Amino acid sequence: MPIYGEVRRSTYYDSVALMLAQREARDLPGVEDVGVVMATDANKEILRAGGLEFPGLAGARADDLAIVARAASEAEAQAAASFAVEVLTRRRVSTAGDTYRPKTVASAARALPEATIALISVPGRFAYSVAREALDAGLHVLLFSDNVPIEHEIALKARSREQGLLMMGPDCGTAIIGGAALGFANRIRAGRIGLVGAAGTGLQEVTSLIHRLGGGITHAIGTGGRDLSSAVGGATMLAGLRALELDPGTDVIVLVSKPPAPEVAGKILAAAAACSKPVVAAFVGATVEPTGRVQGAATLEEAACRAVQLACGTEAALPPMRSLPEQESGRLSGGQRYLRGLYSGGTLCYEALVLLRPYLGAIYSNSPADPKEALEPVTRSREHTVIDMGGDEFTQGRLHPMLDPTLRLARLRQEAADPETAIVLLDVVLGYGAHPDPAGALAPVVREVRELAFREGRHLAVVGSVCGTDDDPQGAGAQRAALVEAGVLVGESNAQAVHLARLIVETRGAREARHTQKVIAASAAAPAWPDVGPVSALLGTRPAVINVGLELFAESLQAQGVPVVSVDWQPPAGGKQHLLDLLDKLEA
Amino acid sequence: MDINAANQEALGRILAAQPVLVGVGRALDLIPGMAPDLILHAGPPIAWERMSGPLRGAIIGGLIIEGRAETEAEAVALVEQGAVRFEPCHHHAAVGPMAGVTTASMPVYIIENRAAGNRAYSNFNEGYGKVLRYGAYSEEVLARLRWINGTLAPAVGEALRRAGGLDMKALIAQQLTMGDEGHNRNRAGSAIFGRLLAPHLARVGLSPETLEQVLRYFADNDLAVLNPVMAACKATMDAAQGIAGSTVVTCMARNGTDFGVRVSGLGDRWFTAPATVPVGLYFPGFSSADANPDIGDSTITETAGIGAFAMAAAPAIVKFVGGTPAEAAAATLEMYEITVGENPAFGLPPLDFRGTPTGIDIRKVVRTGITPRINTGIAHRMPGVGQVGAGLVRPPMACFEQALEAMAELAT
Repeated sequence: MPIYGEVRRSTYYDSVALMLAQREARDLPGVEDVGVVMATDANKEILRAGGLEFPGLAGARADDLAIVARAASEAEAQAAASFAVEVLTRRRVSTAGDTYRPKTVASAARALPEATIALISVPGRFAYSVAREALDAGLHVLLFSDNVPIEHEIALKARSREQGLLMMGPDCGTAIIGGAALGFANRIRAGRIGLVGAAGTGLQEVTSLIHRLGGGITHAIGTGGRDLSSAVGGATMLAGLRALELDPGTDVIVLVSKPPAPEVAGKILAAAAACSKPVVAAFVGATVEPTGRVQGAATLEEAACRAVQLACGTEAALPPMRSLPEQESGRLSGGQRYLRGLYSGGTLCYEALVLLRPYLGAIYSNSPADPKEALEPVTRSREHTVIDMGGDEFTQGRLHPMLDPTLRLARLRQEAADPETAIVLLDVVLGYGAHPDPAGALAPVVREVRELAFREGRHLAVVGSVCGTDDDPQGAGAQRAALVEAGVLVGESNAQAVHLARLIVETRGAREARHTQKVIAASAAAPAWPDVGPVSALLGTRPAVINVGLELFAESLQAQGVPVVSVDWQPPAGGKQHLLDLLDKLEA
Repeated sequence: MDINAANQEALGRILAAQPVLVGVGRALDLIPGMAPDLILHAGPPIAWERMSGPLRGAIIGGLIIEGRAETEAEAVALVEQGAVRFEPCHHHAAVGPMAGVTTASMPVYIIENRAAGNRAYSNFNEGYGKVLRYGAYSEEVLARLRWINGTLAPAVGEALRRAGGLDMKALIAQQLTMGDEGHNRNRAGSAIFGRLLAPHLARVGLSPETLEQVLRYFADNDLAVLNPVMAACKATMDAAQGIAGSTVVTCMARNGTDFGVRVSGLGDRWFTAPATVPVGLYFPGFSSADANPDIGDSTITETAGIGAFAMAAAPAIVKFVGGTPAEAAAATLEMYEITVGENPAFGLPPLDFRGTPTGIDIRKVVRTGITPRINTGIAHRMPGVGQVGAGLVRPPMACFEQALEAMAELAT
């Protein structure tokens, strides 16, 4: 086999550079072996032993560079040698942008010393230790993860209370702190209304409607869906309420929740009554008894209107509905009787349930207002059905429907094909973290299923609303337009869309079944305020965030200009449970 | 059991260590438990039957050097008759690079840890090419060893006596600011070593020809300082051994077949798993097919927080980790995730003199899934061939998982 070799006088390269050049050149076609070495006696011996001797090698000195290749042809050998020289001499592109991606919260905190919040979205079973590490590092926490055991939530909130830190979540989908939208959150005008919410899309709906009504917010603090349960006792809502009371920028406070445990709600309302600022409490599905400066709101829309009225001193209301329910219902065929709600927002779904039940009777759901109305199996609708597609049954091992529309689109096709379906009720949730064009994903399928129904002699009414603002990355106006274009009747709020759907379906002979809502009053004694010094500090500065989990949350923070460092998180101990148990034992 | 307090104690002892190279002597006279029929080797314990090519080759060479055999066949026969005992260097306060073979008559460096009072030992580095530590035992290899035993070692010993010892901690700190990481690259450290010894060597009564040979040893051998650096790391880590409850790794070593780990709070137990082949760059004519699985005690450097842990300090060899200084810095930054603390004595210039990551915590290794990084030479799998390349390797996670399980058992 031909050998080509050359010697370059007084040419020094580091041995690693030489080995790299040699390796690359050896990969060329036809090449059998390559030597790129400084011509020391030892290296010359190695070349000879490897059958790479060439004329001129013997005379080369230790500070000369020897390049030799053996290949199928003389030309290929020569090409390999010149390629090796090219590799040695080519200028490397500077990679100053290369930065280390920290693997733990502690090292991320070192990389971003001004960090104030950890945004954690790792799988629930791993969430406790990550959140604990963040609290230990003195960070406030937004724990997005769901499926976190309640005892972990209690322990984390007890720990955060000791430190005066804000523990938002687990299962906290949204927050806006100092203008930074965390998790799923909308772009909301700055203003004088502060919110605390135990209901993710509830908080999104109220803040988006405040924006549409011309108002603005200071902060929207999330608590996680279980904060107002008896077990957790409203720890985060109390801390958030206190922090907003002390926040000089906040004039009006809004509390948002699905129906809380009565004794916890009583405690929260007593605390709210002790506040120096007016408080609007929207506990969807429960009626709040007014006390002092605390007033209730029956819908999320009403909460937004009242808050804007209090903050701006002007009458606030959404424009009246422009659709005609009778017209719609007149086009339905005989068998079409039922409403089918397919929600991506949990609170919006719940609001639909509580607004519909007084008029339509039983509504089956995977998150029913009454356990007797549980939908089994969740894959098959029954009479009036309203489904939270973000429920655990639908999100195990896959993305939330606010991010990935696949499952909801499939369900939409399924409901539309059912001849008993009269109306499909939808939500579209915008904001940071959400799908970049949710209406765009829905529109073609809405069009398709309505045409299909038409060919089968039916008229399918699709009613929906858009939760979000014109300032959101997706633009609420454009999203509404896309839905209207596809034939969706778009309400101004979720409450209005539900109202319209109810009016249409009522004409199909739905039985009226008036439920009386639970009335919640403030308890006699207000609870002691927690120390929220560090929370006040948080609300007073522009946040900086350590993100652990879903990368898109870091991307959306970056888009907002919020300083963020992402942890390159991997399941601890490779996810091996017995090792995790041992670690927990050794670290207890 | 307060693990964190125990680990702080271990870290404290590592940081407080003051390893000083005080002299040179004969293994049989110095190494505790050394005996004429005993051969020390790198890594965890292993029987002849399971030994890899380079380790067997080095043992054959060692038996010839000791005069117990004249040929390979005689040496093997001696072993098979059971006339030779094998034990890890680590069981005798010693360390050796690659095969690590240390026999009774070999000269060794003496390191004294003046903070804790313990000593550690290592053999002499032979330089490059065909060498015993890579399992070569040809006549030129043996001649080189005889020269080291008869000429180099006594001269260096006398020079050290005249110098009043040599502060290894200061030497390591300096080499880290000069482009070395103290394991794969020791060019600056060896230059410092030779510079410090040279004036004393000039006065130990060598003929000009012999003095030239001795000085040429330091001029030609970039690894001259590796062995005393390793012994300094061994003396440092032995001081942190045996602290009840501590999850700090005090030893990582390979024998060419198994990778072994020892932990401060787990006594003398080894936690082993099959050694893997390093990922690396190869000399002309060789490829990974020729490589022996990972071998050597030199991982004591990483255990003590230098070597691959100080990769950020060594821009000249960054190509082993991907090619850019940023990646070298990232290699070190990753090691902070699994260590208890930092060694302020070993400041890394590219990281604004942040101390090297020090004190591997088995809990952090298992939790993060990040195993320690190791820089290493690569031996040919056949005895007698020698080094074929250099690269990177990580220990098997199983070593750390087993140690964690043992620690959890102790805790109950």
